[in-house]
Amino acid sequence: MTLKSVYDAVLAGDADGAKEEVQAAINAGLSPEKILNEGLILAMSEVGQLFEAGEYFVPEMLIAARAMQAGLGLLKPHLAAEDVKSSGKVVIGTVKGDLHDIGKNLVGMMLEGAGFEVVDLGTDVDPAKFIEEAKNGAQVIGISALLTTTMNNMKQVIAAAEEAGIREDVKIVIGGAPVTDEYAQQIGADGFAPDASSAVRLVQRLVGA
Amino acid sequence: METKISYKDTEVVISPGSPFKIIGERINPTRRKKLAASMAEGDFSLVQQDAIMQVEAGAHILDVNAGIPGANEPAIMKGALQAVLEVVQVPLCFDSADPAALKVALENYEGKALINSTTAEEVMMGKILPLVKEYGAAVIGVITDDSGIPATPQDRLATARKLIERAADYGIPAEDVVIDALALTVGADHNAARVTLDSLRLIRKELGVNLNLGASNVSFGLPDRAVINTAYLSLAIANGLTTAITDPTKEDIQTTLLACDLLMGRDEYAMRWIKAFRKRSAE
Repeated sequence: MTLKSVYDAVLAGDADGAKEEVQAAINAGLSPEKILNEGLILAMSEVGQLFEAGEYFVPEMLIAARAMQAGLGLLKPHLAAEDVKSSGKVVIGTVKGDLHDIGKNLVGMMLEGAGFEVVDLGTDVDPAKFIEEAKNGAQVIGISALLTTTMNNMKQVIAAAEEAGIREDVKIVIGGAPVTDEYAQQIGADGFAPDASSAVRLVQRLVGA
Repeated sequence: METKISYKDTEVVISPGSPFKIIGERINPTRRKKLAASMAEGDFSLVQQDAIMQVEAGAHILDVNAGIPGANEPAIMKGALQAVLEVVQVPLCFDSADPAALKVALENYEGKALINSTTAEEVMMGKILPLVKEYGAAVIGVITDDSGIPATPQDRLATARKLIERAADYGIPAEDVVIDALALTVGADHNAARVTLDSLRLIRKELGVNLNLGASNVSFGLPDRAVINTAYLSLAIANGLTTAITDPTKEDIQTTLLACDLLMGRDEYAMRWIKAFRKRSAE
């Protein structure tokens, strides 16, 4: 069964294998949407659960995501040709002054693995950059901070969204070690998630996907 | 080179020739809900407990971080440092990027504090270095700059050099800048520790300054973190690390650091090692 092979390759973090299996599935005439949903997305959801359960570790999650991305790269033109829509567009980045990126990368990969289009702005991101990118049709902005010394810069992104007049059009979610649910409320964010899998559920809930 | 930090009569010397110096990391509300909540309410009893525990476990300097989401950082910083100094007599390391919080801390402190930290970004140096100079403090210089994390040991050396030169522009001598060589996570890049170890050796050789790491970051996302952390500290010490921000209440950290001192020739007749062993046996 080809979809099971796609799934297994992603779970094993085998990028070459994932490409081969996705290609095989395409050749076998399976619909791109099915390959995406029942192969790649299902696998990443399982990876997220294994990680949450403490069975998978960060490097395993990273190579699984790499395998998913390799497969997705092959699949993308086919999805576009069939006019399969993404679950939504999310702009993510680490807040100004902060260079920590592992958590943010994991969130990005899991969102991609859940069918979202993800624009990753990297680390030390200016508030204006979040806004500029969000104006290109993003439903959600995700901001990360790892330090007590940088988390306060999250507020500036929210202020910038208000100033730009797009606050009503975009949901803003935050995450990172020092950040809490209460803090999200205090600064007027739309949500907080403690880990990558919860971040996916949060974003899905916010965009109604 | 000797970096001297003090509180009243207590002086701590960070240098390659003296025993390894532990900066206790526990007074930090990140990922510690109870501590954060109590600090935000002005209750510093947990802070005091952490201070006592860490000093008993061998901390020479205590890091104090008062960054609680949405709370008044200068006020909490002041309350925390005063509470700590009621129960222990050790030099402090003020952990903030907020000049207002740092100013309050330095004004309410008798001695030469350590500031954690500035990066080599121009904006950060412009905020932090004047305070270091004004209050005669020392500072941890984290070697990232406006273009991010330098990739190679050579680039990290260049960034460290820039930081030390800019500090000198403010009249801060090189011995008052402790360079943080960046403990990145091996779970995201298996070469990360290798680059840091090479950077430590290179910076030590070229600039002779004291070196720090926030060491436990190295094992993030991996199983059996304690083993990785202690191996990393040992390797880093062999490559020139002279101080680390870490948790000395973890017994494996404490014993590893004592063993490293012994093996690096900083524990005459193994007296500290033996004394610590007797203390553990008695417990």
